Amino acid sequence: MNTSMKRRVFLKGSLAASAMGAAVGAGLLTPQAVLAAWPKAAFEAKKVEDTLSSLMGSAVTDASTDISIKAPDIAENGAVVPVTVSTSIAGVESIAILAEKNPAPLAASFDLGKGAQGFVSTRIKMGKTGDVIGVVKAGGKLYAARKGVKVTIGGCGG
Amino acid sequence: MANSIKLRASAKGSEVTVKCLMTHAMETGTRKDKAGKPIPAHYITEVTAEHGGNKVLTAYWGGGVSKNPYLSFKFEGGKAGDEVKISWVDNQGGSDSASTQIK
Amino acid sequence: MKKSIFAVATLCMVGATAATAGQMAADSTPAQDLETYRTFFMKRFPGVPLQEYANGVNAVSPANRENWEAIEEFPPYEPMIEEGKALWETPFKNGKTYAACFAEGPGQRKNYPYWDADRKMVVTMEMAVNECREANGEKPMKYNKGAITRLTAYMAYQSRGQKANVQVPMSDAGAVAAYNDGKSFFFARRGQLNFSCAHCHVESAGQRVRTNVLSPALGHTTGWPVYRSKWGDLGTLHRRFNGCNKQVRAKPFKSQGKEYRNLEYFLTHMSNGIEYNGPSARQ
Repeated sequence: MNTSMKRRVFLKGSLAASAMGAAVGAGLLTPQAVLAAWPKAAFEAKKVEDTLSSLMGSAVTDASTDISIKAPDIAENGAVVPVTVSTSIAGVESIAILAEKNPAPLAASFDLGKGAQGFVSTRIKMGKTGDVIGVVKAGGKLYAARKGVKVTIGGCGG
Repeated sequence: MANSIKLRASAKGSEVTVKCLMTHAMETGTRKDKAGKPIPAHYITEVTAEHGGNKVLTAYWGGGVSKNPYLSFKFEGGKAGDEVKISWVDNQGGSDSASTQIK
Repeated sequence: MKKSIFAVATLCMVGATAATAGQMAADSTPAQDLETYRTFFMKRFPGVPLQEYANGVNAVSPANRENWEAIEEFPPYEPMIEEGKALWETPFKNGKTYAACFAEGPGQRKNYPYWDADRKMVVTMEMAVNECREANGEKPMKYNKGAITRLTAYMAYQSRGQKANVQVPMSDAGAVAAYNDGKSFFFARRGQLNFSCAHCHVESAGQRVRTNVLSPALGHTTGWPVYRSKWGDLGTLHRRFNGCNKQVRAKPFKSQGKEYRNLEYFLTHMSNGIEYNGPSARQ
């Protein structure tokens, strides 16, 4: 279930050099300040990079083995895929769950308040086989992990 | 929409695990009905969890969360008998909330 | 293909007509059939205990089970059990409640389906619910979705732990005929795809049709009503019979009509000894 990518991931369209990215990196902006309300643009973005840029202010993530994604290897029904993202990284501010191959990858985003732990579990829709990506924002930095989920199309039982 | 949240909270020491199940269509807005007419988007956009006057968690959701959605999260600093409250709002102006005592 | 030890199944597989199968099937008693049926599945799935068959495909497919266990953490049918409780407790317009018809209370699963010797028909729990409603001046509920599923979800939940115990009184020719009718249906080919229930759920149980693992027929009726992720809702057993018939491109029969009630009678008898575990969640 744990995935590991031992390299820094540079996603296209990264805003690391932008003012917003720098401000987030410097811890000057809290999640609440960056996201005034429901992150419309992030939910409408069609590519993972654009989703993260919009949602978290940056698409640059460090691959992390301290993020665990629990999701079935084979989803019985793509409409209901149980996903749990948990992390031992300290100071988690927010967690996002993306389904890379969905028309709009962002499924859910969680802002953690005081005392909240790095653990969220929900059930998401996946249109086809692909990676579930868990992104964790902590200390102004972004970390990510992936888990491949096979989505089968129903046959006679489906 | 009343009575749409089923909620459970349990404490192990001061770590509280909350599990909830909401009744909601979570329509993406991209599906069509049998007559070919588009079914309007209708999904929970925000879920808030409160404990001891503190906003413990804010979840932002889109149509990519499953119908009759489930949510579980954990937080430090609670104990049996404390109240946890869950509220949601959706894109059509609907809302609901429910509370439970931590066991 | 593995040689089937189920004599009737073999007959049907080589294309015997439903009538022939029915006549041949009359030679073996329900008790004998139960023994043959159980032995077949125990051999097909070694190590799976009898009670596990109540979990259907999740008893034989690890991939399905993984999804199912995650969903059972907080199953989507839970709020519907409460809705059913409210329905059970709400009085009819005449002031009476379901308790007037069901003196023992909502835990009725063990009593159905049964052969009604006076009316010469199989009576199912859903049918009994509607007969109670009509006897008290209320309109019957529809048999596939909606209120009937909420009420029977509550009744099923209260019945958890009861064991299937369908009796086929051999002295009653009508009961035996209804049982054999259900058995013939189960083994008869139908639809454009020309499959019988047995093709998928006996012969090919545990194997795949496209990407779906086929559930074993043993234990098939214990978990109803079922919340299917595909439906995004609860549905009754007869709703599923409808769907299965359509999937082999056969015209479905009427829910709670004679065919499906007799089929339910046969199938539930074949699950005797297995604990009821409704409502349940499936793909």
